[in-house]
Amino acid sequence: MQLVCPAGNLPALQAAIDAGADAVYAGFRDQTNARAFAGLNFSDDELRAGIAYAHARGRKVYLALNTYPDSARLAQWFAAVDKAASLGCDAIIAAEMAVLDYAARTHPRLPRHLSVQGSATTAPALRYMHERFGIARAVLPRVLAIGQVERLCESAPVPIEVFAFGSLCIMVEGRCQLSSYVTGASPNRHGVCSPAKFVRWHESADGHRSVHLNDVLIDEYEPEEAAGYPTVCKGRFDVRGEIFHALEEPTSLNTLELLPRLAQAGVAALKIEGRQRGVAYVSSVTRTWRAAIDTYYAADASAWSVQAAWLKSLAAHAEGQQTTLGPYHRHWH
Amino acid sequence: MKLSLGPAQYFWPRDRALAFYRAAVHWPLDIIYLGETVCSKRRELGTGDWIDLASELAESGKQIVLSSLALIEAESELGVLKRLIEHGDCWIEANDLSAVQLCRERRVPFVGGPSLNVYNHAALAMLCDDGLRRWVPGVEQGAALIRELRDAARTAGLGLPEIEVIAYGRLPLSWSARCFTARAHDLPKDQCGFRCIDYPDGLPLATRDGAPFLRINGIQILGEEVTDLGPELPGLRELGVDILRLYPNADGMADVVAHFDRARASSLPLPAIGARNGYWHGEPGMRRAG
Repeated sequence: MQLVCPAGNLPALQAAIDAGADAVYAGFRDQTNARAFAGLNFSDDELRAGIAYAHARGRKVYLALNTYPDSARLAQWFAAVDKAASLGCDAIIAAEMAVLDYAARTHPRLPRHLSVQGSATTAPALRYMHERFGIARAVLPRVLAIGQVERLCESAPVPIEVFAFGSLCIMVEGRCQLSSYVTGASPNRHGVCSPAKFVRWHESADGHRSVHLNDVLIDEYEPEEAAGYPTVCKGRFDVRGEIFHALEEPTSLNTLELLPRLAQAGVAALKIEGRQRGVAYVSSVTRTWRAAIDTYYAADASAWSVQAAWLKSLAAHAEGQQTTLGPYHRHWH
Repeated sequence: MKLSLGPAQYFWPRDRALAFYRAAVHWPLDIIYLGETVCSKRRELGTGDWIDLASELAESGKQIVLSSLALIEAESELGVLKRLIEHGDCWIEANDLSAVQLCRERRVPFVGGPSLNVYNHAALAMLCDDGLRRWVPGVEQGAALIRELRDAARTAGLGLPEIEVIAYGRLPLSWSARCFTARAHDLPKDQCGFRCIDYPDGLPLATRDGAPFLRINGIQILGEEVTDLGPELPGLRELGVDILRLYPNADGMADVVAHFDRARASSLPLPAIGARNGYWHGEPGMRRAG
């Protein structure tokens, strides 16, 4: 089972490789990928250097081109595919049909992975992407329970990659308009969710804080209370007269305890979320997952168990210092 | 311009749903979408009931389309989808790629629903090859995007399918594996007690300062505002929009349909009966000002 880690910039890429990632995923510094944040991502020269660094150590670099261009901007996405091929990326990760089609026709030997943004949750949906665009792998949206993942691994026409750790999109990826409803900026079109320029914090004299996203109150905090980044899905709202995290708490996905089942199901790769996170996160989370995977394959599989040190290390990097099995676990639903 | 009744997004008791459609068949509509698009646990009307209802309503001469679930997770849900497609008498509204593929494999014409991600003419042309006959753009695809797509298709010598725009109703914004209605009642999804049935227009969600914001509808989230593109009708005509989609509310839909029937017959825009849809103007969906 391959370990695929986030690289928001060149230092993070190197840290992930050094910590044992089998592959990293990265993006260009524009709206062609779903983490189009200021200060993140790669220039052509940086990506070239990153690919050289990874290839020298026998690792791979995947390029995320996973946003949805409108007709007027298609040429920019096609140019990004060309660039990924000429720089020597090992695969592109894409979701949009015209982008996948262009890549398949123009660079047939450049493998195409279906992005989580492609919202394919079933064998027929994966069959469509495979027959139409020859995808070599698919990343599943974070909606399926573990039993459903296991069954899909049996019926899918391509190897499956799943999210193992990191911030948790509560909504089906590629089909969430909560950010654009409030700000006009969308993950699909602009590669951003709840961009920082729409965030406004206010602290009153007594230490209470509130946070608005484009003038919509997302949450309020007591003086000592930990505050998270204000995405709509992780705010507190009033439903039936009660104030609570009506959609999702600020918490991170952690599937460590499912590692044996994912391996036995034939999952091809485990993905770590977090291109927006720093070197310390990438390094530590990658190292922990590397150890967990290596221990699993080195030992008698039935003797493998989650080590407390791994959980402690991962929890330290989780949103709100909390982790969940999320949709993999039936009770979460 | 044709008028369509979009699939009912909420969960209504069986008698209410049947009465609604048996009244709707007499309204000045051209197309009626039937079926459950949100949650497969909602079975006041089962798959067989929807198919029977489709046959019954089709006698009116209106086009009946069977809509598919937006989020498919279970094998049983795929089974329902196959039954709808293999029923054979109706087009399917494909609301995810599973439905696209199953229609493609069986050569059944389909409508590309708003939860399919179609943002450009090249993707739309591929789906047309697969059997797409009508396209309902997603909620964030506004006038400028559709115009660009139309012009690019013309330049490329590609034909366009019929275009159906969401003209009235609460906008579907997202779907999840989690049920938010069950969560609001502190119930597990598997034992939800079908609480959605208590909220025929969805469960209101407000910000902490009391501003109405979203509607919870099981695993789906909708915008709070009932949007209305009626005032934009001259622009919609110019754009080449063929069909106006009206999403059902629990009450007052006969009047809404009558209003849009007058609007399509008039050269002048009618006064708004709902909120301004910011998406249409390339702005945040919820913004009313401007």
